[in-house]
Formats: sequence, structure tokens, C-alpha cells
Amino acid sequence: MPGLDDLYREIILDHYRSPRNRGELPPPATHAVGHNPLCGDEIEVYLDVRDGVVHDIKVGGQGCSISQSSASMMSQAVKGKTVDEVRALVHRFKSMMSIEELDDADASVEVKLGDLEALQGVVKFPVRIKCAVLSWNTLTEALSQATP
Amino acid sequence: MTALDVASIRKEFPILSREIDGQPLVYLDSANTSQKPRAVIDAMVRCMEYSYAPINRSAYRLAAEATDAFEGARSAVRRFVNAPKAHELVFTKNATEALNLVAFSWGRANLGRGDVVVLTHMEHHANIVPWHMLAAERGIELRWVPLTPDGQLDLTDLPRLLDGAKAFSFTAMSNVLGTITPVRELCAAAHQAGAIAIVDGCQYVPHNVTDVQAWDADFLAFSSHKLCGPSGIGVLWGRESLLDAMPPFLGGGNMIADVRLDGFTTAELPAKFEAGTPPIVEAIGLGAAIEFLEGIGMTEIRRHEMQVADYALRTLTERFGDDITIHGPTNVEVRGATFSFAFRGIHPHDLSQVLDQRNVCVRAGHHCAKPLMRVLGASATARASFYLYNDESEVDVLADALDSATDIFGF
Repeated sequence: MPGLDDLYREIILDHYRSPRNRGELPPPATHAVGHNPLCGDEIEVYLDVRDGVVHDIKVGGQGCSISQSSASMMSQAVKGKTVDEVRALVHRFKSMMSIEELDDADASVEVKLGDLEALQGVVKFPVRIKCAVLSWNTLTEALSQATP
Repeated sequence: MTALDVASIRKEFPILSREIDGQPLVYLDSANTSQKPRAVIDAMVRCMEYSYAPINRSAYRLAAEATDAFEGARSAVRRFVNAPKAHELVFTKNATEALNLVAFSWGRANLGRGDVVVLTHMEHHANIVPWHMLAAERGIELRWVPLTPDGQLDLTDLPRLLDGAKAFSFTAMSNVLGTITPVRELCAAAHQAGAIAIVDGCQYVPHNVTDVQAWDADFLAFSSHKLCGPSGIGVLWGRESLLDAMPPFLGGGNMIADVRLDGFTTAELPAKFEAGTPPIVEAIGLGAAIEFLEGIGMTEIRRHEMQVADYALRTLTERFGDDITIHGPTNVEVRGATFSFAFRGIHPHDLSQVLDQRNVCVRAGHHCAKPLMRVLGASATARASFYLYNDESEVDVLADALDSATDIFGF
């Protein structure tokens, strides 16, 4: 079986210990809550989108190291990006998690995952994929509220 | 010395000889679902290979044999819970369906706007959600018995909560805390208030001597898969007078006396509540599981689990002190060998992932008891639960594996 080192990379544990962009944003920032009904994990995403750009993002909730570090890294990755860039990043991340597929057009677009690459190892532990993806689904929900 | 010969018992469970990565399986998730002994597997295979046929509806000998085996299982269940009559036992899909049957058949016939049903904070979703659904449909009121700090039912206000109530539905043993509730006392309190007593026996029945007559209960629900039987079958026992007066739950074949273009009449108990082809092979497996457990003795199983529970409480507390929080009572007289715990602030998912490296199987999550988790102030816990095939050495493996989690999450 794959070793725990594949799962619990140092960078993941660092984001878990010291989550970035924790907190809330007042309206008109949008707010979405995501639940993992199987395990009780919860992620809240506050999103401030102005002129098609993610001006600010805050993350709340509680859960395991994978769900919380994924949310923290996600918040860093999307801040300052355009809505279209964020959507491309979500797609790229979910394809890394093997739940979406990249077509040729997707693959030709350059999307940098950066620190998020550290979550690659989660794929070897299929039960934990839902932990890693929870915040991204919540982000998508907050994004669709912000750009109806 | 333990009350059971665990080494011999383990040999009866084929799966327990399985190794993963060269290490034995340490299965501590029996509160979730239990493993199956050879006797159950063989009985089910034999049924399918030798005497499988429809029950209750065909004249040939094979069908008569299958019917006898199926009804034999019902008799075994009757004996196991000391029910007065075999036809008071209804086979369902699982305990959840059994509780839904009570809520929707008895509940719809007997409850209207403003009527009160009393539950407790330690119920799992199967004994909460059907009542919420009935509340939305009928406008009934739900009241809740709270907990004491050590995870027992706080009965201080019970008479007030039960005042005017029509039903009191409660677990005999918490799937999260391990707490064993005073069932006989709770049934008496319900009856004194004019309410019926519905006992959720999912966690209790597999581990203890069950006697619905000594309890003076009105309904009892439990599952086969937690007591060494197959999944796919559960049991509702109900007092004959109550079952007789209730409307049917699911409609279809087998539950009717007659069907005309303008309506139907229902069959006698228990067929009235067993619409469609029942889980035939599963019933035979359940019967075999009960005979297997009876062969060992429920008193002996309970005594063994008290010893393991006592050892687990002492070992984990002595070894980890304040680094571990074990929810529920510390007195093994009022608890089973099911332990939910928090360990060094490590999230239960991460904990169970690390324990899995040592083949230690524990549940992590909310245990289908989210209201209780909110009372405990935890979104999730890890839970280790022991059964007749577990012993003290597995407590030690658990403790060693917990220690290794600190290597990764020791911050």
C-alpha cells in the first residue's frame, strides 16, 4: 500500500498547522457552506469578486488535515485571479484528483497548481479524495453566487 | 482470565485469519458491522446450494423445506429476545426500517398535531429522522432527554418530559458513547406517563442478554449484521396487541388476505408487515448467527466485553493520560466495549488513516449521530468497538498504533 509519506507531505501539514486566509468577509462577499455528509467535515468560503477578479477570499470550517490544507492552499491560489482563471484552476485540480478529465483544449491552457501539487498523493488514497475536493466544490458554489 | 476462549472463537471467523501487508487484521469496528462466523456463511451457502425456494406460497417439498428454515429463524429470534410469540417478530431490511415501520405505521395511526414523542440526545439518525419526518407531516412535538457530563441519560426531568407523551423511543446502548441505558426503568416511566416504549436495540442486542418481557417494552428494533449475521435483514418485535391494531406499512404480495379491484384486506401477523419476497437466505443466516451466539452464551459475551472494556479504559488512560479523551461512562457496569475518543487533537480521519497502516480498523466520523456530536462539541470522533472475537492484546496494538500517529501529527 502507498506510504503515509505520499499523503502527509510537509507542505500539507504546514497548511494544516497554519491555515492561510482564515476568517469571514462581510456582504456583499458571497458565502457558501460545504458539508461532507459522510464524515461531518465542513468548509465555509467567503468570496469577494469585483470586476471579474477574486479580490479576497476567506475560509472557515473544520475537518481533517487533507480538507483543511486543501482549503488553505486553494485560498492562496485563487486570490487575485480572474473568475475564468479560477474556473480553469478548479478544473485542473479536480482532474488531478481524477474526478474530472482534461481534454486537449484544457491541456493547452497553462494552469499552475504550485503548492497544490503536494495533494497529488491523495489520489492513492481514494477514500480521502472527497476531503481534498470539499473546499473546491464550496468555492464553485460561492463563485456561482458571485457571478450569476 | 478472560471469560471466553477468544483464540478458538477467532478461528470460527475466516476473515480474522486474513493478513494485509503481512500483519493480522485488528478489527475494531463491530459497532458498525460485525464479522461473520463460518456457521453463518455455511448455513447461507447450504441454503442456496441445497434447499433454496420461495417461502409460504408453493406446495412442493423444496418450498416447504425453505419455509420451515425461514420460520425456524423466526423462532430462533423469538427465543433470543424472549418474545412471547413468534408472530410478533417482523423481518425488515434492517433496524432502520424497523424504526421507520413503527414511526409510520403506529405513528400515523396514533399521533396527530401537538402529540409528543420523547427521544434522547444519544440516539442515532435511525431513531431521529423518522420522527422528524413525522413531525413535518403531522405536527407532532419532539422532546429530548439530555445527558449527564459522563454520557449517561440525565433522568432528572424525565417525568416532566414524558408528561402527556404518547411514545418514548430510546436506545438501549449508545453507538457513540457505549452507554447502556436503564431500559426497564425507562419502559416503566413511559408506561406511567401513558406512553409506549420503543427500544432501539441495534447496539445492545448483539452484546447482552435481551428479554423484552423483563423490560416490559412495547417495541424492539435491531439488525442482524451487528450480531454476526448477514446484512440485509433486521427485526422488529412488537407487542401483539399493538401490531394487530396497526395499519400495514409497505403494500404488496404476502401481506394481504385478499385483493379486489376496490381494495384489500391484510394478512395475519407477521405477514401483514412483510410485503414482497423476504430476505430468505439472510433470515437463515440470522438464525445461524443466533445459534452461534447462544452456543457461546450472551452472559459470557457480556462478561468478556466488560473485561476488555475495563482493560481498554485502564490501558488508554494510563498510557496517554490527558492526551486522550474517552467519551462516555468509565464504569463498565453501565457501558459496553465501544469507545469514541479524541486523541492529541488529531482529526479522527487522519487518526484512522494512520491506524490503518497497522491494519487497525476503527470508525472515524459522526457515527450517524450528529445531534449527539454537537452535544459533545465534536464534529467527529474516532471509535474503537470490540466484540467477542477481540481481546486485550488488540487494545495494546491500538495503543501502539495511536502512538505512531504522534510521529506525523505531533504538533
